[in-house]
Amino acid sequence: MIVNQFLVLAALLFSIGVYGVLVRRNAVLVLLSVELMLAAVNINLVAFGSYIADAFASGQVFALFVITVSAAEVGIGLGIIVLIFRNRSSANVDELDLMKW
Amino acid sequence: MGFADWISETENIVFLVISLFLVGSAVLVVTVRNVVHAALLLVVALAGSASLFIMLGAEFVAWAMVLIYIGAVVVLFLFGIMITRAPTGRDSVGLDHKRRWPAALVAAATFATIATGTTLAFGTEKIPEGVVGTDLLGDSLFGRYVIPFEVVSFVLLAALIGGIVLARKDPE
Repeated sequence: MIVNQFLVLAALLFSIGVYGVLVRRNAVLVLLSVELMLAAVNINLVAFGSYIADAFASGQVFALFVITVSAAEVGIGLGIIVLIFRNRSSANVDELDLMKW
Repeated sequence: MGFADWISETENIVFLVISLFLVGSAVLVVTVRNVVHAALLLVVALAGSASLFIMLGAEFVAWAMVLIYIGAVVVLFLFGIMITRAPTGRDSVGLDHKRRWPAALVAAATFATIATGTTLAFGTEKIPEGVVGTDLLGDSLFGRYVIPFEVVSFVLLAALIGGIVLARKDPE
């Protein structure tokens, strides 16, 4: 296994996530695409960790941190989306123009 | 190292199969018309990345991925879809923007930039064999990285309290 195959795959996954973030209108689906991007970052971290093979397993430790922070992000993000839906009865990101001047 | 050399290793065939599943389900996540199907296809994509972690010898991270993402995060997404009454039917109009091609162009440019950069930087350098055991990971997590670990637990606590505050109805 070469390290670049994992990096290219992660780049592909990340750009699919970028496409999803740009093209989806529903806020829950935007969060789903963000999860794809975070999974790509995790693949990168673990691949670099195996490539460097240091004594502290730093790549895997930081992948665990990313997993934890993304779990927190999903919790808060879905809470905010539910709140927006309750107030405006729509979860479409292009209808949220209340911060536009 | 050509493609014939690369594919002659058995683990690379496994990698190719897993990555086909991974990329296919990821593309379906961002294109499918049914919201619930998108959340369930995310399970396939995350399971694919967990199996890549096992290929890389990171077994604890792989099972943490399965437990946290597939077990908790996707269920949370399904709850979110249920509560916000996202269009779950087959005839969900207006789930995507109309301007697909600029977004696809941006995504393709992102991929081209990153892939060119990593190919130029790493070429055909190999990953050394070996499995990082959970004991080493635990020693590292509670030794050298114990302060970041505590900070992350504080972030989780803040997210927990924030989630409760956001979801609570106003008492008035």
